[in-house]
Amino acid sequence: MSGLTLPAAIEAVVIGASSGGVEALRRLLPALPAGLAASVFVVLHLPRGRGSLLAEIFGRVCALPVREVLDKDPVLPGTVYVAPPNYHLLLDSGPQLALSMDEPVEYSRPSITVLFESAAALYGPRLLAVILTGAGADGAEGLAAVQRAGGCCVVQLPADASVPQMPASALQRTSADFVLTLEDIMSLFRQLPRSSA
Amino acid sequence: MKGEGDDGAVGDIELNLLVEAIYHTYHYDFRGYARASLRRRLKAALHHFGCATLSQLQSRVLHEAAVFGELLEYLTVQVSEMFRDPGYFLALREKVVPLLRTYPSLKIWVAGCSTGEEAYSMAILLREEGLLERSLIYATDINPNALRKAEAGIYDAAKVPEYTENHRRSGGRSSLSDYYSAAYGRAILDKSLRRNIVFSDHSLATDSVFAEVQLVSCRNVLIYFDRALQSRALDLFHEALCRKGFLGIGLRESLRFSSHADAFVEVAREDRIYQKVDRA
Repeated sequence: MSGLTLPAAIEAVVIGASSGGVEALRRLLPALPAGLAASVFVVLHLPRGRGSLLAEIFGRVCALPVREVLDKDPVLPGTVYVAPPNYHLLLDSGPQLALSMDEPVEYSRPSITVLFESAAALYGPRLLAVILTGAGADGAEGLAAVQRAGGCCVVQLPADASVPQMPASALQRTSADFVLTLEDIMSLFRQLPRSSA
Repeated sequence: MKGEGDDGAVGDIELNLLVEAIYHTYHYDFRGYARASLRRRLKAALHHFGCATLSQLQSRVLHEAAVFGELLEYLTVQVSEMFRDPGYFLALREKVVPLLRTYPSLKIWVAGCSTGEEAYSMAILLREEGLLERSLIYATDINPNALRKAEAGIYDAAKVPEYTENHRRSGGRSSLSDYYSAAYGRAILDKSLRRNIVFSDHSLATDSVFAEVQLVSCRNVLIYFDRALQSRALDLFHEALCRKGFLGIGLRESLRFSSHADAFVEVAREDRIYQKVDRA
């Protein structure tokens, strides 16, 4: 695809997904180039009580190191951080990562909105936020916060999502900068700057 | 003049001033709390109190003591469950209880007990292992309302199926239903469990050690603290623990910000249980 250009100085990418998200992320994350300058943060809803193997599953297909977050981890460039099951993931000044056991938001813990709002406050216009497939409306509020802070908002085309409700809810709340198929989001990711280029 | 108020640099200044004001007026110290989640909870408080900014809220907190009492419910997290992370309790049974048995009397500190679910889980586990009668559980928290609920030991019956499943997976030797009676949508815990629990007010941010204990369980409390306050809390635990005492923390927490990190060895790595090293 052509004609899509990203704002130059993206320092962080936040991605939210729910039902259908494991498959979508298994396709999407390999598009992140090795040596990526930005840090990447992922919230994926999982059924309760399931232990998380996500870091392992995504690590196998991704050129970047993938880690399940430990509280107060420092944020490193070129690293993918996955929210642990049953904890909210937040970004705090430093930047560093913080976890919380606060009440679920939009029936979700981790909540996409919680991650996106804290990321918007920290990164402002240097943030790229992506809403993928899923049921429910988590992330819609968060994406609006990203937009208010001047960040770049990407929503998967609902017709392209295996479960369209979550991207559709996000689009009701926010006019995204890009509404794209997963293929096109992959192309967008391939344009992200590398630190060693 | 910045318009948005609760985000950005102005918001940070307001937040710092608010926690200072609370500390100097009410002696509750939230200055070392992790900012991102504190900011999130204060946003909910602003909405509740109908304040446009944290400065407005600060003014009310300083001049109306009742407002602070209400605000405390927002500043402290009261999300808990019985036998949360069953693997942790299973590891306690398998790896810690055999050593606890060697003591003629036991003191256990459940730090940040909130509404008491974890303290009662510990009491049930100890009873099943035949240790409760020789144990004293200190269950501490900073929130007086949470402590009152903890003392009452009355929980929502809708949560019981989940607690029952947690308890079973924790290696429970009896049925959880042996420990509560159900009435009017509530599960009322057996009062005899409480005979060996002391609920009391204690702050990991401002108070010091009050007893020597064989086990500290402090789970999903450190995540709300910044690195410096985590270090302070872990220093307290190190000081409170007897020689070869045990420390359990939350599954995504670590000891890495403690000045005593090398004074602990892993007992159950995945379940975050450590033992104080004997350096004799």
